Amino acid sequence: MTPAAHTVVLLDPARLARARRSVAARHKRERAFQWFCVVVASACVVMLGAIVVGILAAGIGSVTRTFLTAPPSPEPAEAGFYPAIMGSVWLLVLVAAVTLPLGVAAAIILEEYKPRRRLSRLAHGFIETNITNLAGVPSVVYGIVGLTAFVSMFGLFGNELNPALETGAGYYDQFYNEADQVILVPVAGPDAPETVPRAGMRALNAEKRPLAANIIGPDDPWPDDPAVAARTLRSTDFSGRISERTVFYLRLPLGRGLLAGALTLSLVILPIVIITSQEALRAVPNSLRDAALGLGATRRRVVFRVTLPAALPGIMTGAILAMSRAIGEAAPLLMIAGIVFITFPPGNLMDDFTAMPLQIYNWAQRPQQEFHELAAAGIVVLLGVLLVFNGAAIVIRQRFQGRGS
Amino acid sequence: MLIGERRNVSSPVEESRPAARGTAAQPPEPGRLGGPGASPPAPAEPAAIRARGFNAWYGEFHALRDINIDVAENRITALIGPSGCGKSTMLRWINRMNDTIATAHAGGELAMHEVDVLSRQTDVVDLRRRVGIVFQKPNPFPKTIYQNVAFGARLHLRLTRPEVDALVEWSLRKAALWEEVKDRLHKSALGLSGGQQQRLCIARAIAVGPEVLLMDEPCSALDPRSTAAIEELMLELRESYTIVIVTHNMQQASRVSDATGFFYNGALVEVGPTARIFQNPARKETEDYITGRFG
Amino acid sequence: MTGRDAFLGQPPQAILADPRRLRSHRRQRVVDRTVVGALGAAATLSVLVTAAILFVLGTETVRFFRQDEVSLGEFFGSARWSPLLGSEKHFGIWPLVCGTALVAGIALLVAVPLGLVTAIFLSEYAPPRVRATLKPALEVLAGIPTVVYGFLALVLVTPGLRLVFDGLGSYNAISAGIAVGVLIVPIISSVSEDAMRAVPQALRDGVYGVGGTRFDAAVKVVFPAALSGIVSAVLLAAARAIGETMIVALAAGSTPKVTLDPTEEVQTMTGFMVQMALGDVSNFGVEYFSMYAVAAMLFALTMGFTLLGAHVRRRFREAYE
Repeated sequence: MTPAAHTVVLLDPARLARARRSVAARHKRERAFQWFCVVVASACVVMLGAIVVGILAAGIGSVTRTFLTAPPSPEPAEAGFYPAIMGSVWLLVLVAAVTLPLGVAAAIILEEYKPRRRLSRLAHGFIETNITNLAGVPSVVYGIVGLTAFVSMFGLFGNELNPALETGAGYYDQFYNEADQVILVPVAGPDAPETVPRAGMRALNAEKRPLAANIIGPDDPWPDDPAVAARTLRSTDFSGRISERTVFYLRLPLGRGLLAGALTLSLVILPIVIITSQEALRAVPNSLRDAALGLGATRRRVVFRVTLPAALPGIMTGAILAMSRAIGEAAPLLMIAGIVFITFPPGNLMDDFTAMPLQIYNWAQRPQQEFHELAAAGIVVLLGVLLVFNGAAIVIRQRFQGRGS
Repeated sequence: MLIGERRNVSSPVEESRPAARGTAAQPPEPGRLGGPGASPPAPAEPAAIRARGFNAWYGEFHALRDINIDVAENRITALIGPSGCGKSTMLRWINRMNDTIATAHAGGELAMHEVDVLSRQTDVVDLRRRVGIVFQKPNPFPKTIYQNVAFGARLHLRLTRPEVDALVEWSLRKAALWEEVKDRLHKSALGLSGGQQQRLCIARAIAVGPEVLLMDEPCSALDPRSTAAIEELMLELRESYTIVIVTHNMQQASRVSDATGFFYNGALVEVGPTARIFQNPARKETEDYITGRFG
Repeated sequence: MTGRDAFLGQPPQAILADPRRLRSHRRQRVVDRTVVGALGAAATLSVLVTAAILFVLGTETVRFFRQDEVSLGEFFGSARWSPLLGSEKHFGIWPLVCGTALVAGIALLVAVPLGLVTAIFLSEYAPPRVRATLKPALEVLAGIPTVVYGFLALVLVTPGLRLVFDGLGSYNAISAGIAVGVLIVPIISSVSEDAMRAVPQALRDGVYGVGGTRFDAAVKVVFPAALSGIVSAVLLAAARAIGETMIVALAAGSTPKVTLDPTEEVQTMTGFMVQMALGDVSNFGVEYFSMYAVAAMLFALTMGFTLLGAHVRRRFREAYE
């Protein structure tokens, strides 16, 4: 078309009238879409509200004193959440102790010691990509890896019945004498020869206090004095071997215990700590590092005296959020611990354990309505704890927001 | 000695060795050096900083070409020139701040007092103790005023608490900041105004006991009143330190400096006493820049 | 503090000039090197973790395929998965993969529209106050433990859906799918929103300048420009949905079958792994190893989606300058 023809087209009154009408239609579409967006976005908020309200309604009634302090039981009315709460606390402490130092250390070297040489740069990039990929691995895969790596430890240390290493356990031969008193004789280990009662041997009473054992022959008369009788043994009496685990009990392989669970959970949480700590370090402006370098600080001192203190609020926020993720994780613990009927909180690192999300799962997957109410109550407690954690993170973020230059 | 990418701070350290003496029999007169190739005449006093045939690169980019300059002891030397001419690069090589840039390397001769700055054996940490630097934008640490000033001193020296106290007060007085902050030493340094923060950075640099003070456009982020305060401070500090200042502000250079070097496109076009450079420039480029024909 | 007495009473200038006070740099460098070594060890640990994952999954999967009852052909060819059926064990992976795909598919069907529209809203329309409420709400949604979602799927979604699907079983794919979908909405919305906000305002101004509305700008310019980020968001969300365990363990069921009917009970790969782990693990029979084979498959799938998402992000990122 010739230029003149173009102009004719553009100024054609019929077309202009159509254009004006379509503008109105487009405005309508715009407004409709805007409302659509608002509805959808509010749907998210509404869903959140529904979840919270629903859970509270279902569960808050059951969060009684008994619930919080009692162990679980087959009777819903008496079941409690206490061992699960304590298990979660133990796990939290252990996971924090493992992931925070390792994670912050890794973040420091990845962020503050970026290499110049090409080969080192490749290694650095590889490690960073690796960590990002690890963050995306499903937690249940970590669970199954933990099963081999921590629970059975590749079979390198024997198995649970024949552990390669055991410390912190006391083994005793337990005698019940004719006066029905318990007399314990400490023995070296599970394979020590059975104790034959003889004079002068080391003996303890039921409260583990030393006592002087009075050994008499198989045909000797039983002493009349009850005090003496209480510590009398016949030389032909036989004993049963018992073991008692102290708080310091450790065993290799770790078995399906607390430490194995904590280490597996640490695998899940470690990439998160590394990534958030890296971001916190990255947020520290370079001008601070330059200032410290200009004063004659080596890189290490710049990091530990200037960069790390400046990044600390961000690192703490990240750590808290990572820990709140740890509290809510159930999949890896399901693989490690399974569903065990626990009535006591864990007493040592090798003990069976449960955690809040595990107990909730346990109750939720039962068909009875009462257990569902218990599950809801457990969720209320869990969400309450998470609320405290996230609140702390927000407070830290607000408080230190203005401090950084 | 060329510094390539294999320069490593943790390599074995020896005492700062005397710089390799160049062709000059005696140290040249301050400010009398011209561009490349000029032979230096005999000077009145030794130079605090000396560059001979100094070149600097960022990767392939040749940022500074054959620089010959003497910076006189206890004088203020200004480096001026348009953006990108290399003056900041020059400044930052004096205390090896460019080590933080992976692609930066340099060659030729650069000496600070008896220290061969470019040598791989030079203890960079000690060099930076002896050469302080103040940056364009004030960058106090997010710590208290006291901690800021004490930071550098504590890095290098063994001090008792009363000695640190005395040092902090002395530095703040020298930086003309003591009266304003003496009642809030243990409050955050970030609560100070821009001009105060910059004086704090100066106090922080002084507290380490340097011989040379480098200032990279120290007033460009400040208001006129703070600028005037800092310029006055510079003139006072001249008695104790050799000062090298990079500035965009020609009036500032003519106000405070004793010698001025004009950089253009990586070359040191002209250097000499400030009065002469500004009133009677020898080169046309210098005159064009000073009269504002390009910026 | 011996020797310090010699220093007492010096004026500051003398303090600064006294060479006896200088700390040894040699000792500092030793500390520097030790510290760097320790930090480096911590970072290398992460490589060890990946190695451990690959090693464990690899060796146990190999042991699985070495068992008599198992063959590669059956694993990839059969549609029957019945490892616990005493006499007739079958190890075809497809029922589990199908279950996972069904649940993840429903989840994406729910989450992609919700997430994208929310992202467009946050990026193009929402005033700052609304953003300040909505973004934290989404963060909270993302932080709710998955066991809670699973519980809700069981006690809220399934009964609710019974009104629509008469006679819906207690375990079904659609409830789990919806719950997983709600779980991954924040992933899609936040990553997509980041991608959309990265589009420079100048592009939108160009649309307004010729008389376009916000809708025109959002749908015809911003969305296509941010497409690589959006696709990557969907891929990441898909990876998350595939790997989700607690929701499906509670709500989807434990009957592996190949089906596209969402109202049926299914079993996902993750659901199977949980089922095995809760059983008698010390048996070390072929069922035990099948758990690892499934885990290896799961790992491969999620890693594939994650890597693809990262690759798409990098390769097709718009250069705006």
